[in-house]
Amino acid sequence: MQARLALEDGTILAGRAIGARGWAGGEVVFTTAMTGYEEVLSDPSYNGQIVTMAYPLIGNYGVSGEAWESFRPHVEGFVVGEAADLPHHWQAESTLAATLARWEIPGIAGIDTRFLVRHLRSHGLKRGLVSTEDVPDEALVARARTLADIGTLDLVGEVSTPAVRHLAGPGPKLALLDCGVKAGIIEGLRRRGCDVWVLPHRTTAEEILDLAPAGLVLSPGPGDPQRLPHQVAQVQRLWGRMPLFGICLGHQIIGRAAGATTFKLPYGHRGSNHPVKDLVTGRVCVTTQNHGYAVDEASVAGTELAVTHRNLNDGTVEGLRHPRLAIMTVQYHPEGRPGPLDSSYLFDAWMEMLGAAPHEPGAPVESARA
Amino acid sequence: MSGGVSKVLVIGSGPITIGQAAEFDYSGSQACRSLSEEGVEVILVNSNPATIMTDVETADRVYIEPLTVEFLTRVIARERPQGLLATLGGQTGLNLAVALAEGGVLEEYGVKLLGTPLEAIRQAEDRELFKEAMRVFGEPVPESVVATSVEEARAFAARTGFPVVIRPAYTLGGTGGGIAPDARSLDEIAARGLAVSRIHQVLVERSVAGWKEIEYEVMRDRLDTCITVCNMENLDPMGVHTGDSVVIAPSQTLSDREYQMLRSASLRIIRGLGIEGGCNIQFALDPASTRYYVIEVNPRVSRSSALASKATGYPIARVAAKIALGRTLDEIRNAVTGETFACFEPALDYCVVKIPRWPFDKFPYVDRRLGTQMQATGEAMAIGRSVEEALLKALRSLDQQVDGLDYPPAAAWSREALRQRIAEPCDERLFAIAEGLRRGMLPQEIADLSHMDLFFVNKIANIVGMQLGLRGRRDPETLRAAKRLGLPDTAIARAWETTADAVRAIRGREGIGPVYKIVDTCAGEFPAQTPYFYSTYAREDEVPESPRRRVVVLGSGPIRIGQGIEFDYSSVHAVKALRDAGLDAVLINNNPETVSTDFDVASRLYVEPLTVEDVLNVVERERADGVIVQVGGQTGLNLAGPLAERGVPVLGTTVEGLDASEDRGKFDALLRRLDIARPAGGAVRSVAEGRALADRLGFPLLVRPSYVLGGRGMEIVATADELVRYLESAFAADREHPVLIDTYVEGTEVEVDAISDGDAVFLPGIMEHIERAGVHSGDSIAVFPAQHLGPDEADQVVDATVAIARALGVRGFLNIQFVVKDGRVYVLEANLRSSRTIPFVSKAAGAPLVRLAVHVMLGRTLADLGYPGVTRLPAPARVSVKAPVFSSEKMAQLDVLLGPEMTSTGEVMGQNSSLPGALYRALVAAGIEMPEQQQRALLASIADRDKADAVGLIRRFVDLGFTVYATDDTAKYLADHGVHAIHVSKNGDPETALRLVHERAVNLVLNTPTRGRTPGRAGFALRRAAFERHLPCFTSLDTAEAFLDVLTAIKAGEIPAPHAAMEVSPL
Repeated sequence: MQARLALEDGTILAGRAIGARGWAGGEVVFTTAMTGYEEVLSDPSYNGQIVTMAYPLIGNYGVSGEAWESFRPHVEGFVVGEAADLPHHWQAESTLAATLARWEIPGIAGIDTRFLVRHLRSHGLKRGLVSTEDVPDEALVARARTLADIGTLDLVGEVSTPAVRHLAGPGPKLALLDCGVKAGIIEGLRRRGCDVWVLPHRTTAEEILDLAPAGLVLSPGPGDPQRLPHQVAQVQRLWGRMPLFGICLGHQIIGRAAGATTFKLPYGHRGSNHPVKDLVTGRVCVTTQNHGYAVDEASVAGTELAVTHRNLNDGTVEGLRHPRLAIMTVQYHPEGRPGPLDSSYLFDAWMEMLGAAPHEPGAPVESARA
Repeated sequence: MSGGVSKVLVIGSGPITIGQAAEFDYSGSQACRSLSEEGVEVILVNSNPATIMTDVETADRVYIEPLTVEFLTRVIARERPQGLLATLGGQTGLNLAVALAEGGVLEEYGVKLLGTPLEAIRQAEDRELFKEAMRVFGEPVPESVVATSVEEARAFAARTGFPVVIRPAYTLGGTGGGIAPDARSLDEIAARGLAVSRIHQVLVERSVAGWKEIEYEVMRDRLDTCITVCNMENLDPMGVHTGDSVVIAPSQTLSDREYQMLRSASLRIIRGLGIEGGCNIQFALDPASTRYYVIEVNPRVSRSSALASKATGYPIARVAAKIALGRTLDEIRNAVTGETFACFEPALDYCVVKIPRWPFDKFPYVDRRLGTQMQATGEAMAIGRSVEEALLKALRSLDQQVDGLDYPPAAAWSREALRQRIAEPCDERLFAIAEGLRRGMLPQEIADLSHMDLFFVNKIANIVGMQLGLRGRRDPETLRAAKRLGLPDTAIARAWETTADAVRAIRGREGIGPVYKIVDTCAGEFPAQTPYFYSTYAREDEVPESPRRRVVVLGSGPIRIGQGIEFDYSSVHAVKALRDAGLDAVLINNNPETVSTDFDVASRLYVEPLTVEDVLNVVERERADGVIVQVGGQTGLNLAGPLAERGVPVLGTTVEGLDASEDRGKFDALLRRLDIARPAGGAVRSVAEGRALADRLGFPLLVRPSYVLGGRGMEIVATADELVRYLESAFAADREHPVLIDTYVEGTEVEVDAISDGDAVFLPGIMEHIERAGVHSGDSIAVFPAQHLGPDEADQVVDATVAIARALGVRGFLNIQFVVKDGRVYVLEANLRSSRTIPFVSKAAGAPLVRLAVHVMLGRTLADLGYPGVTRLPAPARVSVKAPVFSSEKMAQLDVLLGPEMTSTGEVMGQNSSLPGALYRALVAAGIEMPEQQQRALLASIADRDKADAVGLIRRFVDLGFTVYATDDTAKYLADHGVHAIHVSKNGDPETALRLVHERAVNLVLNTPTRGRTPGRAGFALRRAAFERHLPCFTSLDTAEAFLDVLTAIKAGEIPAPHAAMEVSPL
């Protein structure tokens, strides 16, 4: 069956339908990660977005569910060059197309994804939709133009946990404000022994204080941090009262809580290959990124925070720290998934900040080994 | 930033051999440029003249000298560099650096080893240190044990489980070993292995045969920043050398968890070893779990890193050189985007397939199975947006008369033969899999047999299915789908029983054509300026318009015997000449190892197959003003006619001129008209015709098939029986083409490389071959300028060259081979293209031959260029010698004897004021050991026809203090002629001749063969043994005589004693 991708600027790409029939709209973005489509699909930060995989061969190793980063896929639509019909992997249980269908996500394959990536890069991200409907191109474009801007949607509310989840552990008690957390982050903390309390995004500072955690982790999540004044306010009330660790959206929330501003990047950072320099050690890590907004460096100057990490490609702020208080943030993903695990040391740094030793000192935390 | 280092010595990798090919010219020249950018003075040493690296422009000073500790020490003493960069010259460079360090040379002269420290090199190279290092880093290596009894082997297997690999210690090529799947076969193989091992030892190792083989290319700087440039997956699972495997980048069947697991391990390893620069790490990954083993670490730039560089656009050698100077990854700009830094990991939005090019087509009697010893001479790379597209492009890039998975011999394979080719890795495996699928085998069955991942088998099945489906459907949509899958017009035409031109015409009507996309290292995330393109069937084309005139240069494709790096040298110089002339040089090539496919060499680089369709597509897209076909070896030349027929302007000599030189009849007529002699002969189409011609000409005769490259299948026959045998097998193999029969003129072979504009002729000089005619020119030792040619003979050569150049209307290159006998000059053949000897002659004569040729092709006259009329360059002050290098020890069944069929893979050059001095350097550079003054001995086994000539030679050896051993007839003949020789038995029991060689009781072997290259004969065994023991083995008396001249000169004190270096001086 044919599917089309229509952008608000009138661009139409026709291809093969994979996944659900019907249509879905959102902000059309791209990621350059070559592996990890399962992680991409299930990353809550992609809520509200149609994700284009720049690497053209997707679905090769099937879908196993082993690599799910949340309970379900969150992308609105999925755009690939080629979707493997005959995947093969010892863990594979299903195909990409079947998975998309199962979760009612329309997808499109067989289009020139490099054209789309270059188009979005040079013209900025666009609203768009994937559709299998038999309607004229113009109708699809017109509908794309009616889609809400991503900055106006309550995307966090759709992906946050509805109720407190307690994941018991022998180590320090941690609160994790779930704005769209990934399993990898929870696992990174639990592997270090943390007793993790996953909290709904509207949890108040008082509720968190009542829990008396050793620290608070602010998770990644979708959308514009400007839309999260409640979360920013809670962080301000917790400022200095417990260690804070912000990841991705959490980093932006902490930045805003300190008084910095955020802005929308022209086409975001999405991929597994972004070099980030640690300004203290001089060392560079290759990081996983998935964000459309960033903290404005100029605005950091007036706050208590200092920039600790910077993106080597475009120089944007990638990490903040408080000189005295136990507050650290990174714009990227120490859990990888997909992507490099080079930054998993940040979990150790966080444990140190909590004053706790990692659960298994020195033990590899990334992976099983033969 | 260069750590106080302002002068750096770079060691090249020497001659091209199997396993160490053009990739080190690419990495070496890139590194030299990179160092120069940093303001460092670069001193280069390499013995291989056919390299861009040894061009005087590449480094501040270039030494073409043997790569030995002695010669390098001389260079160091003379130049006093502060640093040594050793990780860019392959294993040769690395080994020499270790030897220089261990010998105290570096310390003595205060030379710092740059980049990766010695300790890291040792840990990676030494098996035991490597295992220990991996243990410390917590990285698993396959368990192994050295066993001296079957019981010990059994006990090990009981601990680790089956299968296990058993390798006897100290046998070459793993003979006597094997994989034991169970206890019974373990007992059997271990017992056999212990028996054949000289020290009664076997290595027993956990077998990971069938596991996925995955490689990572990793970089690290002094601040401990690490990145992986890319990973690669071998389609052939563990068990086949990665150089012999079909490789795809990036990995296709690894989940992100697996990808990152191995990536993290790579980073732990490079950090643990403390490598500063690049390294390559190979893993075995269980296809059914997350278990893995580290197989190997290469602490240097390698063949894989060349492939990774070309596959991603990330210039590994350039960056590694800067890291060695102490720069950090975040300081080095990404030359591709110009905006980002070297500190990132390339993101691909295409896939890359590499297929090895094996020499089995030239050696039909050699076992085609693949294993742990690399046998490929080169490789082709292709880029596509799907596995199928890249695979099909790579297959047709091989330039082996296949345009995909259709392989005519496959249809005749029996079921068993087919299954064997699927199950046991061999060069025909992809074709066998396709044939199996066509015959109805299920993909799963093939995956089970081959252990190839089912994902890849299904991709092959897609191609096969598309081709079968094409037969019934001829609509534009089917055509579009076939083109998107990567099928060439020729394959579609076969299915449709029409011509490729007809398919092309339909495509033109339907608007089905390729677009070209940029290789940009970042999957489109950033704007890129790289002029590096590949074709695909998609929506958007990214080739920018250019206001300049554009000329397409056809490269030479994968390296094979007969068409090596020399042609890449010419391609690169053609590109440079065009760019200097203010034109856009558009290069098409598909060899990832070469300098020409470095993205900043040409104005625009297209990594594409060199077929009519693929070249036409580029020519049309570029709206090129012309195509240069003369620098890409036979590959380029073969395209001239088909391109011209389709309206493409071929620059330089016309297609008619080219044809007149290649067509036997036309060329004969031309020579007759010009009154130039050539050995009498003719073309025959049957055995009877052949016999009749032989009766007229008399023996010996030179016989060969028409239209072939590199003397394939050429033989000298001395009797009617031999002739008939040859003709029968030749016509059995190929009924279509005639066999050429010529009188064999046994004289001195001389060769000319000239440039002509159709009137004026530029001759840099005349080359003379040490071996008499009959030995392929690529395998001969060549001397420039000729030393034994009389003035009259030289004039005849020049006159003939000028006459032929004018008669053929040569505009560009002209290479002519002559044989001189009794004062008479005969023409053997003429090639109107850049020849194998162009780089050698360019360097020996100091003449920019390619530049001149390109200017002529662009329409200028030699007079315009300052060379009116006939120009003969004066003889240079130094004599230059080119010596061939063979990779015989790599191919267990390959016979290495000089004859009309070329077998060498590379060459070296030696220069000196005297011929013996230049010969000395060339022979040492070629790896020939000069025997010490004491205890000299040789073994002689001489064919009857050479015995008379051999006596005098052997007497000279005796005069130099050699003890002579000789086999049966030879010993008798020598005794009869007053030369004392110790008789040893050739075929007797025990085989004493063979034992002498095995025990290295002699320094050299003199063996001229009776006939044939059939393995199993005594001579063959003797030659093999000599090569395996690294003893010089001369199969031509002429080579032996040259060697004698060197020894004589050493004795006379004219050149230094063995194991001493001569004074060195730069090019």
